[in-house]
Amino acid sequence: MLDIHQNHFELFDLPTSFAIDRTLLDQSYRKVQSEVHPDRFAAASSSERLRSMQWATHANEAYQTLKSPVSRARYLLQLQGVDTQEETNTAMPADFLMQQMEWREAIDEARSALDISALEKLLLEMNREAVSQESELHAAIDEHRDYPRAAGIVRKLRFLDKVRDEIQQAILALED
Amino acid sequence: MALLQISEPGKSAVPHQHRLAVGIDLGTTNSLVATVRSGMSVVLHDEEGHALLPSVVHYLPSGVEVGYPAQAQQSHDPQNTIVSVKRFMGRGVHDIADIGHYPYRFVDAPGMLQLSTVAGIKSPVEISAEILKVLKARAEKSLGGELAGAVITVPAYFDDAQRQATKDAAKLAGLNVLRLLNEPTAAAVAYGLDNASEGVFVIYDLGGGTFDISILRLSKGVFEVLATNGDSALGGDDFDRRIFCWMLEKSQVSPIGPEDTRLLLTKAREAKEQLTDHAETRITCMLSNNELIDITLDSATFNELTQHLVSKTLAPTRKALRDAGIGIEDVQGVVMVGGSTRMPQIQHAVAEYFKQEPLTNLDPDKVVALGAAIQANVLAGNKNDNELLLLDVIPLSLGLETMGGLTEKVISRNSTIPVARAQEFTTFKDGQTAMSIHVVQGERELVSDCRSLARFELRGIPPMAAGAARIRVAFQVDADGLLSVSAREQTSGAEAHIVVKPSYGLSDDAITGMLQSSFSHAEEDKQARALREAQVEAERLLEAIGAALQHDGASLLDDAERNALEDKMTELRTAMTGSEVRAITASMEALNHASETFAGRRMDASIKQALTGHKLDEIKV
Repeated sequence: MLDIHQNHFELFDLPTSFAIDRTLLDQSYRKVQSEVHPDRFAAASSSERLRSMQWATHANEAYQTLKSPVSRARYLLQLQGVDTQEETNTAMPADFLMQQMEWREAIDEARSALDISALEKLLLEMNREAVSQESELHAAIDEHRDYPRAAGIVRKLRFLDKVRDEIQQAILALED
Repeated sequence: MALLQISEPGKSAVPHQHRLAVGIDLGTTNSLVATVRSGMSVVLHDEEGHALLPSVVHYLPSGVEVGYPAQAQQSHDPQNTIVSVKRFMGRGVHDIADIGHYPYRFVDAPGMLQLSTVAGIKSPVEISAEILKVLKARAEKSLGGELAGAVITVPAYFDDAQRQATKDAAKLAGLNVLRLLNEPTAAAVAYGLDNASEGVFVIYDLGGGTFDISILRLSKGVFEVLATNGDSALGGDDFDRRIFCWMLEKSQVSPIGPEDTRLLLTKAREAKEQLTDHAETRITCMLSNNELIDITLDSATFNELTQHLVSKTLAPTRKALRDAGIGIEDVQGVVMVGGSTRMPQIQHAVAEYFKQEPLTNLDPDKVVALGAAIQANVLAGNKNDNELLLLDVIPLSLGLETMGGLTEKVISRNSTIPVARAQEFTTFKDGQTAMSIHVVQGERELVSDCRSLARFELRGIPPMAAGAARIRVAFQVDADGLLSVSAREQTSGAEAHIVVKPSYGLSDDAITGMLQSSFSHAEEDKQARALREAQVEAERLLEAIGAALQHDGASLLDDAERNALEDKMTELRTAMTGSEVRAITASMEALNHASETFAGRRMDASIKQALTGHKLDEIKV
């Protein structure tokens, strides 16, 4: 029986940890959706349809949260009562800041040279950097239970996300 | 052999309790209705055996014709014969880029444009409802009973206003809408079940008026839409128009009227269809002034004329692949949908881009309706094994206007629906008691580049210091992809709540009103009403611009600019005294156009005012 107070991991019958079996997550998500999705209640009463929509919405939210490593880490820290301070704490290690500046310069250069493939290459580089930060997250949360350090990595990943957004916007603008 | 059971019309057949459900493809050029019969999805035909119903509505002084009879009137009565009405769904006059090319008398109404016909002023919703009524009657006759419900397909790229308009049209036609389904998803349903495919598929859908690209993952009865993109103003009609322009250029004819425009567009479409399996085609026709057109179009020239249209489909394709995180090598198959994909240059371009031959085994005109019927059968509860589940996404991001005309995204595109998200905002000024909320849809950073969906005000915020109030704005998108927005002030227990429908959608009252008015008004009444409505609207426009001039005219316009604007106002006042609806709307359009600069400056001024915090007691969130 489904319970709306379950945490997202419990909803999908998964262990509460950063490491996640993506195939299992996908399977459970689809299983839950095939129970609660509004398509299953198209001919039902309006109150049932409303409930179904709430549940399907909840399942989508839970799935999206767990699917992305950053939001999964943020959610795990939240369950531990740790605030990731993404809005308030902007202190970053100096080497990370230097790297940031280099990336932004590269974006500006590619943008003014109207070079879409250079931007796409930068995007791949960002993705690689994100993956390496994500393995750090796994170590910090699941192995060392070092939550303050994990919060720091989440803030870094948030930074990376912003840069990735910028690149994507730049590509969109060039394609228009 | 056992006797066949036949149920009484309108009653369910015992023991199966089979509910009659249909899938409807409400297309730009053609519409279809299909149903699942003995486990097979089939398209339903009319009495003459036609599967396609041309999406053409011809208004007469009394009554209306739909489909082939209407199509036959296209050249004779172009102003009252509405084709491609889907392009106008949920759209205003300013949204239609090539509005001068259409032979219709447009009326610029708030929200959605309307068309003035011999049967009165009609909205695209009413016109689409006429098409749906015919399909409903066809299905009920063919199935021998009342329909329990219908799945209606929409382009995946349709925004909220267009979806709402489609649902309203179905309601007006007396259909119970089980679900609005994205066309490419419907196509995948048709293919997926018939061919038992698994993997990542691309649906390339080039219809009469819209282009959609969708990336789907199919696995064990679950259809997951990974990304969609497209162009809601690109389709086969544009190819016709290219030929049409080429014909005008080539044959050096004098300016032509609406009747000849319609005739030449029909000839252009025929030529395009000919070129699908011929190397060249001859176009001959006589214009109303007895000028003769006789030219030959070969496929090389046609390809050249339309090359930019073909490549215009590849940009959204790239974007969708990137959004889905899918490379070309991951694509298992490309499904072709829409009659326009019969064009050889399209098939070549797609094959070249994806490095594989596209799938064309199902009829590209029917595949969407067939898939919709399968889904309708599931939704009506006729299939108990629950083996099919569609997880669809919203095509465009939803957000709010923030300070300085910027968009704050609340729900990003390609989120799986249903989805809900809330964001908190606060007040900008001490003692502020109201906040205006502007809901927009689109990917761009500037609000002016996005589509405005709704505006509303949250009032009754208890007076507090700036930044102390906590206003939670919540978005909910349902399984049809339709949005509702609510806003609530959460501190101090005070609560205000409002739910909006998109401003382009019709309220249930408006639909009831339309249903009644179609019965109660005589034709003369309608003409008079059209005139009166135009006059009222003209008065409203004059009043609005007059007030703006009084307020800001002196500070924002120089004498020449002010005189030019006032001339247009005088012209409209003159037009209003006459009885020509068209003259009034034309003058209104001219005045609207002339006032654009002024409106822009007023906007800039009011934003500046808002930023410095003077005078306005409410701010934009």
